[in-house]
Amino acid sequence: MSLLEIKDLSVRFQTNDAEVRAVNNVNLSIEAGQTLGVVGESGSGKSQLSFAIMGLLARNGQASGSVMFDGQEVLNAKPKVLNSIRAAKMAMIFQDPMTSLNPYMRVADQMAEVLTLHKGINKREAVAQAVQMLDAVKIPDAKGRVRLYPHEFSGGMRQRVMIAMALLCKPKLLIADEPTTALDVTVQAQIMQLLKELQRDFGMAMILITHDLGVVAGSCERVAVMYGGRIRETGPVRPIFAAPTHPYTQGLLDAIPRVDQQDEELHAIPGQPPNMSRPPSGCAFSPRCPYVREGCDTIDPPLEGFAPEQARACHAPVAEIIARQTRLQPDADQPAAHLGDGPTQAIPRGAVAGAGAAGTPSTVEGQQ
Amino acid sequence: MIAFILRRLAVAVPTLLLLIVFSFILMHMAPGGPFTAERALPPQVIANLEAQYGLNDPLWLQIWHYLYNIVVHFDFGPSFVYPDRSVNQLIAAGFPVTLTYGILSFVSAIVLGVSLGVVAAIWHNSWVDYIAVGISIGAQVLPNFVMAPLLVLVLTLWYRLLPGGGWSFSDPSFWIMPVIALATSYMASIARITRSSMLEVLGSNHIRTARAKGMPEYRVIIRHALKPAMLPVISYLGPVFVSMITGSVVIDMYFSTGGIGKAFVDSALNRDYAVMMGVTILVGALTILFNLIVDVLYAWIDPKIRY
Repeated sequence: MSLLEIKDLSVRFQTNDAEVRAVNNVNLSIEAGQTLGVVGESGSGKSQLSFAIMGLLARNGQASGSVMFDGQEVLNAKPKVLNSIRAAKMAMIFQDPMTSLNPYMRVADQMAEVLTLHKGINKREAVAQAVQMLDAVKIPDAKGRVRLYPHEFSGGMRQRVMIAMALLCKPKLLIADEPTTALDVTVQAQIMQLLKELQRDFGMAMILITHDLGVVAGSCERVAVMYGGRIRETGPVRPIFAAPTHPYTQGLLDAIPRVDQQDEELHAIPGQPPNMSRPPSGCAFSPRCPYVREGCDTIDPPLEGFAPEQARACHAPVAEIIARQTRLQPDADQPAAHLGDGPTQAIPRGAVAGAGAAGTPSTVEGQQ
Repeated sequence: MIAFILRRLAVAVPTLLLLIVFSFILMHMAPGGPFTAERALPPQVIANLEAQYGLNDPLWLQIWHYLYNIVVHFDFGPSFVYPDRSVNQLIAAGFPVTLTYGILSFVSAIVLGVSLGVVAAIWHNSWVDYIAVGISIGAQVLPNFVMAPLLVLVLTLWYRLLPGGGWSFSDPSFWIMPVIALATSYMASIARITRSSMLEVLGSNHIRTARAKGMPEYRVIIRHALKPAMLPVISYLGPVFVSMITGSVVIDMYFSTGGIGKAFVDSALNRDYAVMMGVTILVGALTILFNLIVDVLYAWIDPKIRY
């Protein structure tokens, strides 16, 4: 059985004007130790998906469907059930390390309370373990800095504190909601490298929510592409990046700027993301889709498997989309060896080079 | 922090000095004087009295004498109207009364206001919230000069539960109505400030982090939300305490409690220069003190503030 099994998960928000349908009928599963990337642009519902799993939706949010974690239903579960899982078995790192730590408490107190709560150990022992964990995320002089307040840390350091805090109870699943978005590129690379190492050391599964395709290419085994609150394409990272079968995925990969093509305009997906309080009829991507055809604006295509482990939601045939693939030539000179064995050269250079120092051992890291 | 407090106390001295000089000048600019009466006294009597109290000296000399007596003898002078009583005695008699019901009102306004605001924020947009908001709006439109006669009407005249006026340090039944009358509208303001700031804090990212730690909601609120939510309340409390002390004017008038509010009003009406100055300095010193306490509390709560 999978560690996390999401079935038919939908999230709705009641606002004064309308009902916002942030997440629609999402099905996902993740095995122990696996890394799943969830990508999509702002407003695609990826963060709300993760909040729904943790039971952290805003008050006006309502989730439906089923989320089985470790054999237990957690969606809309009683607070007691949720609280026994949160941090202990399923932890989360948030997008904005600047505001996600409590500015009025010392780091030691914020970290120790997780352990005193879930492990029932005393404060002194908890702080000692917090210091060990800060060491593990490579915070220099952890023993001294644990006494500081969050504002006395830099952005990258704060995100390390967040990571250390999430890992204190050695959870089985870590949900990282855009862990590097607020950080500059070198720090991004360090944090992603760190997450990868820690994941390997602790053997935990990870859901990596991001809009950075480079990060996905560098650290995930499987990826789910979200648009308009639905999963549009899912499968192992390599085939999806090499030959995307959904027009939106193709557009996303095309939009990655490439250093070696200076004479061209930057590619973009035309149009605007859908307003999820009034989603377009049929496929939400149809107003922006270059492959649009009859039926797209009336019938929302279901997510259907078309190859082993791969699924897509599109009316256009796979062959047509792959045939019109314009820019994604295999880059023979791109090593990308960090993705493991197999033919990795098919990953577009931009996807890895964009911010994708994620997977490569960074020299900056060594200076820490 | 110690250095900060000492520095602030040092600044308080010139502040108080300025307050004294300005009040003194303003007071003497106002028409009339302590010996102006409906039935005019013979000019010779007035001249003798004015000479006796030094009112014929130039203003700067009067201020100098006044300051000299305060600094050297801690003597705020004799009352111009009650010849047998000094300002020190008048304040010593009235201030403990004012301070007693003032502190009781202050504490009950904070406790009730904060509780009401927190409860309203936790159950935002539920009937609990609507009732709490209803109570605080209702209480805010009832200023103390409306509350006081209403309380006397209901609790004394109709139900005969409480004494309608007077004061006793040993009998708390005398304290109840002054405290209710004085605290109600401040309680309402505190509740409204607490509610809105609590709502903001509860929606902030670090509260989401705290919830993700698997803490019960009451612990999230007590450990993580209460402290930051109190910041705007605390900055409001300094002025509240001072206006409670000055607001005691109404309480003293309605309930005949005999606090310094009464002395303040009487002195202003009678041009009792010395008593007026004494009470002004007292309120000024309290204002400075409470602003200092607010600043210290602020730094204690928010580690980003360092003086």
